[in-house]
Amino acid sequence: MIVELGHFALILAFAIACVQMVVPLIGAHRGWRGWMAMGEPAATTQFLLLAFSFTALTYAFVTSDFSLRLVVLNSHTLKPMLYKVTGVWGNHEGSMLLWVLILALFGAMVAWFGANLPPKLRARVIAVQGAIGVAFLAFLIFTSNPFLRLEVPPFDGQDLNPLLQDPGLAFHPPFLYIGYVGLSISFSFAVAALIEGRVDAAWGRWVRPWTLLAWLNLTIGIALGSWWAYYELGWGGFWFWDPVENASFMPWLLAAALLHSAIVVEKREALKSWTILLAILAFGFSLLGAFIVRSGILTSVHAFANDPERGVYLLAITGIFTGGALTLFAARAGALQAKGVFGVVSREGALVANNVLLAVATFVVFIGTIWPLVAEMLFDRKLSVGPPFFDMAFTPFMVALAVILPVGALMPWKRARIDRAMQPLWGVLVLALAAGALVWTLQTGRTILAPIGAILAAWLVMGALVDLWQRTGRGDLASKARRLKNLPRADWGKAVGHIGFGITIWGVAALTAWEIEDIRVAQIGDRYQVGNYEVTLVDVKEVEGPNYISTMAEIDVIDNGTPLERLRPEKRIYPVAGMPTTEAAINNGVTRDVYVVIGDPQEGGGWAVRTFIKPYANWIWAGAIIMALGGVLSLTDRRFRVAAGARKARAAKPVPAE
Amino acid sequence: MRAIALACALILAALAPAGAVEPDEVLADPVLEERARALSEGLRCLVCRNESIDESNADLARDMRLLVRERLVAGDSDEEVIGFLVERYGEYVLLRPTLSGANLALWLAAPAMLLLGAGIAFAYLRGRAKPAAPEGLSEEEKARVAELLKD
Repeated sequence: MIVELGHFALILAFAIACVQMVVPLIGAHRGWRGWMAMGEPAATTQFLLLAFSFTALTYAFVTSDFSLRLVVLNSHTLKPMLYKVTGVWGNHEGSMLLWVLILALFGAMVAWFGANLPPKLRARVIAVQGAIGVAFLAFLIFTSNPFLRLEVPPFDGQDLNPLLQDPGLAFHPPFLYIGYVGLSISFSFAVAALIEGRVDAAWGRWVRPWTLLAWLNLTIGIALGSWWAYYELGWGGFWFWDPVENASFMPWLLAAALLHSAIVVEKREALKSWTILLAILAFGFSLLGAFIVRSGILTSVHAFANDPERGVYLLAITGIFTGGALTLFAARAGALQAKGVFGVVSREGALVANNVLLAVATFVVFIGTIWPLVAEMLFDRKLSVGPPFFDMAFTPFMVALAVILPVGALMPWKRARIDRAMQPLWGVLVLALAAGALVWTLQTGRTILAPIGAILAAWLVMGALVDLWQRTGRGDLASKARRLKNLPRADWGKAVGHIGFGITIWGVAALTAWEIEDIRVAQIGDRYQVGNYEVTLVDVKEVEGPNYISTMAEIDVIDNGTPLERLRPEKRIYPVAGMPTTEAAINNGVTRDVYVVIGDPQEGGGWAVRTFIKPYANWIWAGAIIMALGGVLSLTDRRFRVAAGARKARAAKPVPAE
Repeated sequence: MRAIALACALILAALAPAGAVEPDEVLADPVLEERARALSEGLRCLVCRNESIDESNADLARDMRLLVRERLVAGDSDEEVIGFLVERYGEYVLLRPTLSGANLALWLAAPAMLLLGAGIAFAYLRGRAKPAAPEGLSEEEKARVAELLKD
């Protein structure tokens, strides 16, 4: 019964979304206030209906209702409760329902928190959001309905893919979707502004927090996904340049560019048409990502539910929304007048450089991702584009970005001089180079990667600190400290975000340069040396889990004389799904991870054991989380909160029409 | 639909466990082994989803790894090993696309786009550096100026 109600709610939400798409748009065009005001209750209702629908599906999963096809395919009575719940979005249909739920949530949030928007703009934003909702709800209902029943329900389900039965993977889709779908708001704002033909500083101010919210969630989602790949796939890689990863990475890069260009719109009323274009492209790449992941056109490690029919539908959605918005852009961009005047060397100029680097980097990832397809269709060549290409073509952009970042961040608006901006940074540069030299002399190998990583990381982190310090002005230490405390949160967010970027660079460089790997056959009781670590295979035994059987090894590691906690790597078999997984055992440390994996028993006795020493691995994800934290700090900035306060005051006392 | 789900499961199954290089494959000569590892990282496991033979535990990947080592032990240079594999499995096996023919477009895309982007950005910035040129005087205004100057 509840499932049926959920199904009805889904269909009703589709109808409401149609209303939300049409009525406010006509109202805004004709200037009919009543029609414009229709958008808000429609957005709220659509969200509530979808929330109910999602709850109903979750209920079906929790109670293991095997009359539902989706539950049979993706659940099992023995599965732990946590994974029964996360199983809701661990499949194509359920994840699409989560997608439309978040889409509706963002639309509703514009309705709830958008009281300080001009009514016409708000009506149009909500209508465009409604249009996206209509497209995806139609896709969900007509090609991937999660509420299909089975005539003869089986006694038990087929279990969720065991790889997905893991906290890291279970929780990363919601973050990713908030990121992907959050970019729809920037898109809706861009399209609404194009319809209106007006983009001003206020527009930049409204769009920024939404983009920030999307970007920071995307950051967390990507970091969680990468962390999962690190510990679950069994050889400790953290990034594979896989099409699906690239699908999430491209919107992230563009959202980062959009964040920065929206600052220029907000502060200086320039870069308007470029910012609009970025907002369209960022969401366009989100849609393209959904297409890549769900159509199976580019095979990948993580793709699920590949289906040509769905692929065509998603391609149509991507084409219509991106193409339509770009056409509108071509027609209307001329109407956007830039106002600010500034020199080539200025904060604006630095932000333009940031945007060029990020946009071209996105383009490189894009062309690398689709090149196999292009080569096969146009040149009849079946080829692969893998990590060696991406590492080589993408890395220079990040290096260039890191080099210019601290200088650009210190430049004033309008007109700057490089020597003036560099003045407080010379010390930082010397220290960063010293750090690089130190790393160069301390390392045993002769790779240039680690010293470069050290220089860039030190340059970024100390540069951000100097930036904060510069803002405290003159005076004694106490007054400086007070000013530091009272700096706008956005300044803190900027510094913290940039520090996170530096930390991630260091993690990637150190891990890539210094990883130690040892593969061998070990007999029980064998003791051997890996780097500075003494490893002993103590025992291997069979253990039974709730829905799997595990071969668990016990391994002792002595770190330069100090014994670490015993490591227990596992090899699991999930009988229902008939799939094996590896559970690496990791001793996490600040400067290194000890990562052990148990392999197959060998014919002559003994076990295959892999031991990795992974220097500074955790810094990669720590840096990403710090970047996201910078986003959170920025979001709590006073001017956004003040805007919220003004909204309340205005809501209490309606302002007469102009 | 079942078939698709099954296919997905099988493909995932192929990649799930920690596979990659098994101890019995490792060559005794550490220099050769290191070369083998470096080569394997650039070669695609043909039946896997975007994995190199160094990472994959599929049977085919193992066969390919053994093949690479066999050729190295036989005294082939790195290029000869790659050439041998490309001849056998086609260009698809290379994770790093060659610099030939249409692939030039792929390799040159990044520098070309960077130049283009930087050019456009620079032109834009130069344009913004000057305040919008004051609009020329209309005929009427010119006449008025001439009149004023005459006095």
